[in-house]
Amino acid sequence: MNLTDDDVREIIRLIDSSHVHELRIKTEKFDLCLRRSAAGWTRETKTLTRPDVIGGVEAAPAATSDTPAQAKSSTQDEACGVVAIRTPIVGTFYRAPKPGAPPFVEIGSEVDGNSVVGIVETMKLMNSVSAGAAGTVIEVCVADGEFVESDQVLMRLRRTEA
Amino acid sequence: MNIRRVLVANRGEIAARIIRTCRNLGIETALAASEADLDAVPARLADHIVCIGPAHASQSYLNVDAVVRAAAAAKADAVHPGYGFLAENVRLARACREHGIVFIGPTEAQLEAVGDKMQARAHAVAAGLPVVPGGPVGSPAEAAALAKVIGVPLLVKAVAGGGGRGMKLVTDAARTAETADLAMAEAGAAFADPRVYLERFVIAGRHVEVQIVGDGGDVVHLGDRDCSVQRRHQKLVEEAPAPGLPETTRAAMHEAAIAFGRHLGYRGLGTVEFLLDRDCGVFYFLEMNARIQVEHPVTEAITGLDLVAEQIAIAEGRPLRLRQQDIRFHGHAIECRLNAENWTHDFRPSPGTVTTAVFPAGAGIRVDTHIEGGARVPPFYDSLLAKIVAHGANRGSAIERMKSALASCRVDGVATNRDMHLFLLALPEFLRGGMDTPFFARALQRREGDGGRPS
Repeated sequence: MNLTDDDVREIIRLIDSSHVHELRIKTEKFDLCLRRSAAGWTRETKTLTRPDVIGGVEAAPAATSDTPAQAKSSTQDEACGVVAIRTPIVGTFYRAPKPGAPPFVEIGSEVDGNSVVGIVETMKLMNSVSAGAAGTVIEVCVADGEFVESDQVLMRLRRTEA
Repeated sequence: MNIRRVLVANRGEIAARIIRTCRNLGIETALAASEADLDAVPARLADHIVCIGPAHASQSYLNVDAVVRAAAAAKADAVHPGYGFLAENVRLARACREHGIVFIGPTEAQLEAVGDKMQARAHAVAAGLPVVPGGPVGSPAEAAALAKVIGVPLLVKAVAGGGGRGMKLVTDAARTAETADLAMAEAGAAFADPRVYLERFVIAGRHVEVQIVGDGGDVVHLGDRDCSVQRRHQKLVEEAPAPGLPETTRAAMHEAAIAFGRHLGYRGLGTVEFLLDRDCGVFYFLEMNARIQVEHPVTEAITGLDLVAEQIAIAEGRPLRLRQQDIRFHGHAIECRLNAENWTHDFRPSPGTVTTAVFPAGAGIRVDTHIEGGARVPPFYDSLLAKIVAHGANRGSAIERMKSALASCRVDGVATNRDMHLFLLALPEFLRGGMDTPFFARALQRREGDGGRPS
């Protein structure tokens, strides 16, 4: 039997007038810890049942966890006037403002620091990524629609000579 | 019929919440989960799981074929779509019917009727509901002519837009034509549907909605909710009942919602949204949501009903078991949406892994969540972590209870907007109640201007 909010309220009602300040109930299915604090009761729950997967409707895909290695070190890049544009946030990288539209930039595009070069979608919010420096795009490291980890290199550009 | 096994085609807190009611009713559950959610709390709570595809919602939770195949694989006799994703999707409802599976929601015709803004508006007019002055326009010239009738300020809205997208404000009537021209071009590009309409802009509007449930014949209302605390058209706090409404206005809104439901012969649970002009007390029909809503727990708190159980009973083909005179409202309830976002850094989303999750508990407190220590918050979906609901004898006691509840709430590992709620609950304008929808954005802006932090 799993625990409901009503169960928790009922347990708290029973122990509220006692001197109990902490109560832990552990079964095969859950681990519940109730604590009394100045602001009232709190609960911490751990669901211990295991998921019962009865099938999948899509073919199981290959492992998706590997993160693309970032080959070049940034210091080496910097020395050659190459600047990496990194994503500030984990999410899905898009090269264009909407599906079917032309990409923000292509290899060879001239950008300034404020130019938007792509979008990273996180939790249904679109975060635009700007170039951060003036220069020419020389490499696009991530394909449209690909998942990116925080700080992953999206593109590289050659800095414009000052 | 009796539903024996439900496929829950959703994730997060609402999946956990639907599973809870099914369990109480003795209904088995199968969860349709994406690869990112196979080990999440709802997957552990459900009796069975079917993987419906990769993490990206477009390949899993938004994939009608995958959901229907999952229902067949799980031998489910019904699908509960929750909210968002495919909740109001006509194709899913149709595919379910074609496969002999019950879609827990309204009819396909009703989904179509309320899914298109212009159609919904026409139905509202036919049902005798007040709508915001305005209407569809086919050209910039038509827009300019209509603007003369309805006056400024006005909004040019894309028919296919929503959630604040595809909307333009006109304050100078002379600029209506050019704004409409631009809006049509943008709507065509963004939504592949260039249709736009004009609406008078209500400067100080409140968002008040009425919960209804119908069995295809009769319709009853379950009271109202105020959802005016928003940021960028996203609701943050909801309460029931809507505070400070004259009882005549409240009764008129309830009647209007019932009239709309009866006009459609509505079957299922739905919400009729209204825009209430705070300056003159007049209200207008906005739209209808044909699903269970995020904020339904505040209605459950003050009515003592289980709305998911009502949805299931209606879907089983039973007549309405609630009579209007039996529905009673007790006290006041408030819901705060705890989101994984960094509210002091422009509300930047904060996916990651939760290390600790301590939630308030006890009398008058309900927490709907799928989060516990070790839970992952994937970057693919919305940022809702938990809904904290406080119920009290009146609004003041509900607010006090919520303050204590938030103070004892602790989620580590991801950033949350908990302190934003504490900031809100201390604002005099909120304590008075009856704020308009731009209120919270103004309060946040003031706070930024002060460079101050909530005490």
